[in-house]
Amino acid sequence: MNVNEQPAIRAKSLTKKFGDFEAVRGIDVEVRPGESFGFLGPNGAGKSSTMRMIAGVSPVTSGTLEIFGLNPATHGSEIRNRLGVVPQADNLDGELTLLDNLIVYGRYFDIPRAECVERAKELLDFVQLSERSSGRVESLSGGMKRRLTIARGLMNRPEMFLLDEPTTGLDPQARHILWDRLYRLKQQGVTLVLTTHYMDEAEQLCDRLVVMDAGRIVAEGSPRELITRYSTREVLELRFGTGSNVEHEGRLLGVGNRLEVLADRVLVYADDGESALHEVHTRGLQPESSLVRRSSLEDVFLRLTGRSLEE
Amino acid sequence: MTTPASVRVLEMQMLLLKRIWKTNLTLSFLQPLLFFLGMGLGVGSLVDDRASSSEALGDISYATFLGPGLLATTAMLTAAGESLWPVLGGFKWDGSYEAMAATRLTAPQVVRGQFLWLAVRMGIAVGGVAVVLAVHPDTRSWGILPAVPAALLCGLVFTAWITAWAASREYDTSFSNVQRLVITPLFLFGGAFYPVDSLPDGLRPVAWVTPLWHGVELCRGFVLHTLGMTEALGHVAVLAIWLIPGWIVCDRLFAKRLYR
Repeated sequence: MNVNEQPAIRAKSLTKKFGDFEAVRGIDVEVRPGESFGFLGPNGAGKSSTMRMIAGVSPVTSGTLEIFGLNPATHGSEIRNRLGVVPQADNLDGELTLLDNLIVYGRYFDIPRAECVERAKELLDFVQLSERSSGRVESLSGGMKRRLTIARGLMNRPEMFLLDEPTTGLDPQARHILWDRLYRLKQQGVTLVLTTHYMDEAEQLCDRLVVMDAGRIVAEGSPRELITRYSTREVLELRFGTGSNVEHEGRLLGVGNRLEVLADRVLVYADDGESALHEVHTRGLQPESSLVRRSSLEDVFLRLTGRSLEE
Repeated sequence: MTTPASVRVLEMQMLLLKRIWKTNLTLSFLQPLLFFLGMGLGVGSLVDDRASSSEALGDISYATFLGPGLLATTAMLTAAGESLWPVLGGFKWDGSYEAMAATRLTAPQVVRGQFLWLAVRMGIAVGGVAVVLAVHPDTRSWGILPAVPAALLCGLVFTAWITAWAASREYDTSFSNVQRLVITPLFLFGGAFYPVDSLPDGLRPVAWVTPLWHGVELCRGFVLHTLGMTEALGHVAVLAIWLIPGWIVCDRLFAKRLYR
């Protein structure tokens, strides 16, 4: 990367207030062109408010924000011209055909009609919806609508693509199709910025991410770095039955590096999960079930906030 | 070559119109035609042979008096129908404005596109009335040609203020009252059905400040060739005075709501 290259996003002490409510409480973010960057956090963490400011549709309350080196307050239209946006709620036109939805949207960017038609067909192909191009949007499944929204967001060939919870509410198969398309975009060099509360999504798609909680950034790094820094290599999950997990805490002390007792299970953080399990059995404990897995961002989040991500 | 932003917004509406144009065109003709026949000929048969009515109407048939004013009332009714629920819906239900706001379009461009769409929409309806007037021998006149844009100007005043109202609302609960308490009284008392001179003294000045009366007077004056240049400019000026602040308010409200 050229060291003189302008960052795609540069935010310093960025805040957003709605009346008395402070949705974003002073965050610093820098995203390089071509990077895949994620905002991970539970609902209400301030991810969407941050995304809307980045998308140039929400004025900054305080702090500074530059997109492609431009100030959204003065160059909103110019910034939006270079962005692709996939909002959290689909706002496709249900009464228009798939093809018309894309063409109309492309026309908002003043792309000549013939060019719009050509791009729309290419993009419908890209999101695997060509066969339905003359059908109405109303008839599409949730996953198809999301893919169409992605195609729509690409009509202006954006330098940066913003996706607000792109796979929320989709079934696993639909998510995987979508991830695959986003991965291809990433390979083409498009800067991807996404919010998610799914750890697996962040691990799949993001080079680097920040974990947000209550309007603040609580950690930053690559998924691997964060896991190494805040968790152990493996996790042993033990279930002793509802209500009896807490009472086993005392007898588990000293197993692994750290314990996390949740309502439904006990998490034992250890670099070697199997030997931790062996130790549990040696102590004469008989959990109803046990599972050794690799650490994930879920564990990072739990460690940082004391709360589970998908509550 | 670039296309004006408002035209590009209009393109979307035209695609939607393509789906419903048959019923839309038919209805545009039907409603004013019913008014013209029902009121013009029906009420006309009661009114036309009375000396006092002939004097009040200026020695013309009731249908001739009524017809041209329907251009303005039709524009107003269309503006009201298309600027309440569809506008709030664009913000809240279908998200079409939100989609536009994410592109390089700006709030004033979205507003202009919306107004242009309403001008087209009103143009179709007003055009239907114009055809009816052209067919009827008593109202057939070259004055119909300037009367159509005059009716659209009047309709745009309503478009601007009603759009502003809808854009400032979180819910649609007040919308039926806008129809009942603003549009219907104006429709009945705005000078389309009888000269406002027949109203009680206290009500007459009210009619004079309402935009509909100026629109009705312009249309009638053009079609019946009863309007002097000064009078015509006066009516246009009042409509412009109504329109401009309404337009500015719309620009502000759209900017505030789309870019929160």
